[in-house]
Amino acid sequence: MKVPEELKYRETHEWARIEDGVATVGITDYAQEELGDVVYVELPEVGRAVRGGEAVAVIESVKTASDIYAPLSGEVVAVNEALADHPEKVNEDPYGEGWIFKLRIADPAEVEALLDAEAYRKLVASEG
Amino acid sequence: MGFCFSDRVPLIFERSRPGRRGTPAPARAADPAELFGEANLRERPPALPEVDELTALRHYTNLSRRQVGVDTTFYPLGSCTMKYNPRVLEAAARLFADLHPYQDEASLQGALFLMHELGEYLKALTGMDAITLQPAAGAHGELTGMLVVRAYHADRGELEQRRVVLVPDSAHGSNPATSAMAGFEVREVPSDADGEVDLEALKRELGDHVAAIMLTNPNTLGLFERRILSLTEAAHAAGVQLYYDGANLNAIMGWARPGDMGFDVVHLNLHKTFATPHGGGGPGAGPVAVKAHLAPYLPVPLVEKTPAGYRLDFQRPKSIGRVRSFFGNFGVLVKAYAYIRLLGREGLKRAAALSVLNARYLKELLKRRGYRVPYDGPTMHEFVAQPPEGLRALDVAKALLDEGFHPPTIYFPLIVKEAMMIEPTETEAKETLEAFAEALGRIARRGQEDPDWLHGAPYTTPVRRLDEVRANRRPVLRWRPD
Amino acid sequence: MPYAPHTEAEVRAMLADLGLERLEELYAHLPADLLDPPIELPEPMNEDALLRHLAEVAARNRPGRVFLGGGVRDHFVPAIVDTVAGRGEFLTAYTPYQPEASQGVLQAIFEYQTMIAELTALDVANASLYDGASALAEGVLLALRATRRMRAMVSRGVHPEYRQVLATYLNAVGADLEEVPLEGDRTPAFAVADDVGAVVVQSPNFLGAIEAYAPLAEAAHAAGALLVVVADPLSLAVLRPPGEQGADVAVGEGQPLGNPMSLGGPHFGYIAVREGLLRQLPGRLVSMTEDAEGRRGFVLALSAREQHIRRAKARSNITTNAQNAALRATVHLAALGPEGLKGVALATAAAARRLYQLLLEAGGVRPLTRPPFFAEFALRLPKDPAEVRSLLAEAGYHGAYPIPEYGEGAALFAASERMTEDDLLAFARAFFVAVGG
Repeated sequence: MKVPEELKYRETHEWARIEDGVATVGITDYAQEELGDVVYVELPEVGRAVRGGEAVAVIESVKTASDIYAPLSGEVVAVNEALADHPEKVNEDPYGEGWIFKLRIADPAEVEALLDAEAYRKLVASEG
Repeated sequence: MGFCFSDRVPLIFERSRPGRRGTPAPARAADPAELFGEANLRERPPALPEVDELTALRHYTNLSRRQVGVDTTFYPLGSCTMKYNPRVLEAAARLFADLHPYQDEASLQGALFLMHELGEYLKALTGMDAITLQPAAGAHGELTGMLVVRAYHADRGELEQRRVVLVPDSAHGSNPATSAMAGFEVREVPSDADGEVDLEALKRELGDHVAAIMLTNPNTLGLFERRILSLTEAAHAAGVQLYYDGANLNAIMGWARPGDMGFDVVHLNLHKTFATPHGGGGPGAGPVAVKAHLAPYLPVPLVEKTPAGYRLDFQRPKSIGRVRSFFGNFGVLVKAYAYIRLLGREGLKRAAALSVLNARYLKELLKRRGYRVPYDGPTMHEFVAQPPEGLRALDVAKALLDEGFHPPTIYFPLIVKEAMMIEPTETEAKETLEAFAEALGRIARRGQEDPDWLHGAPYTTPVRRLDEVRANRRPVLRWRPD
Repeated sequence: MPYAPHTEAEVRAMLADLGLERLEELYAHLPADLLDPPIELPEPMNEDALLRHLAEVAARNRPGRVFLGGGVRDHFVPAIVDTVAGRGEFLTAYTPYQPEASQGVLQAIFEYQTMIAELTALDVANASLYDGASALAEGVLLALRATRRMRAMVSRGVHPEYRQVLATYLNAVGADLEEVPLEGDRTPAFAVADDVGAVVVQSPNFLGAIEAYAPLAEAAHAAGALLVVVADPLSLAVLRPPGEQGADVAVGEGQPLGNPMSLGGPHFGYIAVREGLLRQLPGRLVSMTEDAEGRRGFVLALSAREQHIRRAKARSNITTNAQNAALRATVHLAALGPEGLKGVALATAAAARRLYQLLLEAGGVRPLTRPPFFAEFALRLPKDPAEVRSLLAEAGYHGAYPIPEYGEGAALFAASERMTEDDLLAFARAFFVAVGG
């Protein structure tokens, strides 16, 4: 299970890469493994304002549907259109080509509340 | 094994040959342009198959041989009550096939009598005061019942505050989906260690923000909620309406009634409890019975008995309106009526008791073969088992197909991991239950010795495990002409 | 009890295995207050007595040739439809959760989905819904979800009962519904506000009239709304289908395809949509795929939309379809083929047109529906239509359904391919007596 050091995490298994006030969001390697083969990703609309903790996307596997929560408040500025034809990228490359959406961060202070890699590893260990 | 004829059956479209004709068409000739005007005619004819009648018949007959049903196979699908559907019920429905719903009431006295009588029987069996036969399925009945509850609270000026419906975590998925469709928020209530609703947790949730509680009793673990009277009393004290999901009424019909338990609204699944066929996934029927205080809100029309005969009552100002066109699935109602007349009260009671006996007997047989029953209370018409340690319910289900049995419901209820929900019904013989248990025993033994064999099952069915990931990532939902 | 195989000895042996002696003990843990409720039911009957009883009940209905419509009509059903749909493998199965044992039902659904998509000229159809009315309600909810709007407009040319069901469903989720009155027998052009998510029209409409709704599709789309069209599937054998006129969603009542009238049910409703709306569809969908050995097979697909997975966030609470009724339609369409179906549609429309001409010869009877119409039409009668319907019934005919919403004296009639010239003449004679007397 990969947990890149440079990322921030939410306890609901989303990761966020923060660059220049924009957070790129996806689901963790652990989450994609638990879900199994991803068959569809329901993406949010670009321009939508979201609050941290709000359900903004849905990931479907054959037998489940899981909400993806915004780790931070902000505005959706991009979504990964490539997932429409290739949802399997979430399984193959969860931290890279499998990213889901990008948020312009409204309140940088919220970043502090996210987990770092070590804390997320501990969380997963306690769930497993 | 081999309950299926396994040759590949092409699509009916692939059997099509231009110019072939099937059932002879009617004689009256007509010019479409003259009848409808050129602008109204379709440009391209629909690409329906062009086959002769024998080819059509052979095609669907061969398809049927790639299908199992209760008529071919033991089908212990938990929660679905796959009992024998007496064939006389089909003959009964045919007697009423030529009636049109817009006929004059005076010309429908037989049909209206039958609907009225069936309503009386169902009210007696549930202990309720009024009934609608209009909903077309169990889930449709749920929606109807919850809309009635909604209208009741609205009429009392409490709908604004009563936004929440409580549903146990063991509930059918249709319960929360129905509540959402009826405009409510759903909150889950946990089950306790015995598999019954956690009464204290439920009481903490009660209040004037709650509109209703939806319960199945016996619940989806097959357990009768023994504290039901305390539960309904506490709920009523908080102004909350009690909804009874009738999916499992077959376990207690004639023995106990939801109305006496304190429920305010009940839906029935005629295709489960009253032996009308499931049809490969419908049509069924989902009548909704209510206590008197909810009667004004039932859908229109209701059948009414008057000194001058039976009539349809449309003048119901507080009604939620219609949920279906016409009178619901009347043909299914005829079959349920016929079933009740065949069995009578004692027959229905005995059917319920034998369904419990079969399930209890089978549960013991499985426990002796290493299957686990996590909530092993006094289960009724069904029970939820788990495969022996290390085996997956999905694999066991697939291996059952090779043994010539339809598998139980798997992965439901959600509160049991690797759940196998088994409902044998009363119409199965002792030796069938024993053969099923033997098969499960064999599967467990061989599966533990040879996991790869188990993961590969089934081997003898017309197709083996299908690529569901592909079907969901890139669904192909229709044939297209080249 | 009948239909249970248990001998008394077996019951005793099974009870003994559980450490019990009597069946009553299986209920001993229920609260005592609940047990043995007073339930009065008639004494049981055997099968022969049952059928004799039911024949006697059925005889209390008055038989007659049916000239009634409302989307349910007296069409001929080829005998092979009963043969196939009555096969136990199809009749006594349930939803195909185990695809390896359910290829028969699954492939039949796939063929059905294809046939409905072809008839409507849209991309995708689901496995069927309960009836035309609930299919309309689901179609409008779908359009509101897709547009994220909470307002729908519906023409009064749409079947009144469908509008009532639609109102029930929309009321539950707090969406607004506005009705658009007809001008004469057809839907006028109307403005679509930009908060409207769904516009609904029916063609042939409830009065039978064929509506030219392509301009309405343009108006709806310009406002960002979707057009939902209610269409009689039989009419689509010849008439311009929804997909050729800008519809986003097509729904309808399936009875004319191979299902007996049966007092209005069980039947099925169909729903078909443009490709982009696929994920919004409620209900079952079947996809083609392959098995581990590369053989073609069929499975339920996109289940994550549905109640057993999505629970409170499901597209609908529907758990099944109306499979046996939809199977009847599938076999019906296969048996008739495109030419046969077109023949039935044309013969139906020709019979309806002939009947219209005949009935208009009666004194004081005026047309409400103007040609072109399909299988049904409305007239204004010079006396109470309820009385006319009753008099017709006494003469052995069922016709003249009163539709007071459409004006005083308004009544609905229908014909089908089954009516010969003699049948039409005989009905017309009875009608002359009924309206004249």
